[in-house]
Amino acid sequence: MYEWLLGTGMSQSLANIIMGVLKSLIIIVFLAVSALILVLMERKVAGRIQNRPGPNRLGPGGMFQTFADAIKLVSKEDVVPSGADKAVYILAPLVIFAASVALWVVIPFGPNLVVQDLNIGLIYLAAVTGINVLAFLMAGWSSNNKWSLIGSMRSAAQLVSYEIPLVLTLVAVGMMAGSLRLGDVVAAQQGGIQNWFVFPQIIGFIVFVVAGMAEANRKPFDLPEGESELVAGYNTEYSGFRWAVFFLAEYANLIVFSALATTFFLGGPSGPFLPPIVWFFIKTYAVIFVTMWIGWTLPRIRIDHLMNLGWYVLIPLALINLGWTGLYVLWRG
Amino acid sequence: MAKTSDVLGEQQLGVPAEQELFINMGPQHPSTHGVLRVLLKVDGEVVTDAKADIGYLHRCFEKIAERRTVTQVIPYTDRTDYLAAITSEWAFVMAAERLMDVEVPERAEYIRVIVGELQRIASHLIWFGTFALDLGATTVFLYAFREREKLLDIFQKLTGARMLYNYLRIGGARNDLYDGFADDVRRFLDDLEDRLHEYHTLFTGNRIFESRVKGIGVLSAEDAIKYGASGPVIRGSGVPYDVRKAHPYSVYHRFDFGIPIGKDGDVYSRYLVRMQEFYESIGIVRQALDQIPAGDFIGKVPRRMRLEGDAYARVESPRGEVGVYIVGRGEENAWRVHYRSPCFTHLQLLGPLGVGGLVADMVAVIGSIDIVMGEVDR
Repeated sequence: MYEWLLGTGMSQSLANIIMGVLKSLIIIVFLAVSALILVLMERKVAGRIQNRPGPNRLGPGGMFQTFADAIKLVSKEDVVPSGADKAVYILAPLVIFAASVALWVVIPFGPNLVVQDLNIGLIYLAAVTGINVLAFLMAGWSSNNKWSLIGSMRSAAQLVSYEIPLVLTLVAVGMMAGSLRLGDVVAAQQGGIQNWFVFPQIIGFIVFVVAGMAEANRKPFDLPEGESELVAGYNTEYSGFRWAVFFLAEYANLIVFSALATTFFLGGPSGPFLPPIVWFFIKTYAVIFVTMWIGWTLPRIRIDHLMNLGWYVLIPLALINLGWTGLYVLWRG
Repeated sequence: MAKTSDVLGEQQLGVPAEQELFINMGPQHPSTHGVLRVLLKVDGEVVTDAKADIGYLHRCFEKIAERRTVTQVIPYTDRTDYLAAITSEWAFVMAAERLMDVEVPERAEYIRVIVGELQRIASHLIWFGTFALDLGATTVFLYAFREREKLLDIFQKLTGARMLYNYLRIGGARNDLYDGFADDVRRFLDDLEDRLHEYHTLFTGNRIFESRVKGIGVLSAEDAIKYGASGPVIRGSGVPYDVRKAHPYSVYHRFDFGIPIGKDGDVYSRYLVRMQEFYESIGIVRQALDQIPAGDFIGKVPRRMRLEGDAYARVESPRGEVGVYIVGRGEENAWRVHYRSPCFTHLQLLGPLGVGGLVADMVAVIGSIDIVMGEVDR
């Protein structure tokens, strides 16, 4: 397509801009559709775990329930609390949404199916996930609500301390692949299940999943919005479309994290018979299902235990994993 | 301009230190079990002071009870502790019976024991579900409600209502057990025993759950007695006080049942006590179903009930000791009725138990003392 645009006599920079806009539109549409699917999946999975059918009225198997919910949210009145810091309050959902879209730039859906295969992909991921904290803090601070403030303080503490083990596992993955480019990470796992990084990196995989669930605010790590404690946490004051954006970003983060787990440890889009993109989604949704399963079974962890788990368990484990990876890479030659 | 909540907070808890913050937990809060409002002074997430503010559900039960004949009051007693309507009714009718020296037939007493213990199971199921929900385990909540649903079906068949039964009468009960009641209940109890095992595997041994409840909200035995605690709260602190044993009423002396007590007085002990009470209640209901004699379900009562003198009756409700004191001056309605509510007494423990913990611990403490606001405010 890029070549076709150039062929029409367009200048290179304009073609670049058009391609960029198109690609980000595709990503946004993809995220919105994924969120719709995930909301339904979450409610269905939760329903089955809890001995109930889940949504089953609107459309076959309740398929259109999330559409109805989305329409409701979009058509709600746009409320900004009177004591809120309006500019920051409005900006917060945009920041978090932009961050979750930006993550998708480097994720390979299949061979050549990637927006931009940066050669510093891993570093880019680590940097962009940090933006979430900013958005949570903005939302909590600007709402002028004490529950929101506590929720955002929690999320700042949680995200910062879980970023470290997450990044440490990414470093180990980079060492295994010998490259920071995500395309190379996938390429290094080609040639069958025995080459997946999950086997030599089993500690890293576990640390990554736990830290990733905490990063994505999934139960049992959903402290920033822990309903029974903080009412709704940082998004207490948000309603209607702004709240929907937070919701969307949350599911976007979940699918990003699952896609990353797939890319780093489960061979990415590689697999036999089926086209790569199908394999990519099968693996991603398998990881998502496992996180839902865990989330709907366990009680919520307490904030100080969460910190202890992060600093005393996950970070040492990630460091051990790093050392082990070094030895492994040396031994492998 | 100072916010209203801050002004109220300062009136109740004093001026906060520089890094402290007032928070209003409730009256609209997901885990205050109704309209309880807890004023919290927090330093970061650590609760430094807490005070319960009540009265949002006050419906003048005691005053209304003075303006109605005793029989007419019974539906109102349902609405005090709406999760254990039978036991509230029981305390009231028992006080009225003592006041008027009404004989209750033996079969009626057995019926009362059976529905009373089933009520305890239903109430504990709600407690179990909501307590787990407070700790963030949503699935447990629906599991508990699944079992309660079956029990409510039995209640519906028996009394016509699922929550506010209006079933007990002065001198007995409104109607006899229906045919097949014993089978329904036995089947339910067998089922429940399996399910309790399931609950334990799902929730009790869970590491996260244990770390959330062990050593939290510790209430010593002396303090429990000093604060007038009763029910699972005082038993969780290791004091074997149960009205059914300490001041036997009805036919409880004929049944073989134990009083589970806890060791540490923390949230976990209170949890274990309630979980064991399921089994004790199951045992009592089974014995009662085996022993229940034939006969009348309601005794002889005077057509016009004149209340003269005073009487006090107490029962062991799922939440603790419910007492009703009635004073009569020769009229059909009571001159004064007092309702002793265990939840009201337990609510004063929020401060001592919750201070020093985190906000999340406060939620666990509220869940562990099993508050029903309808009973606190009456």
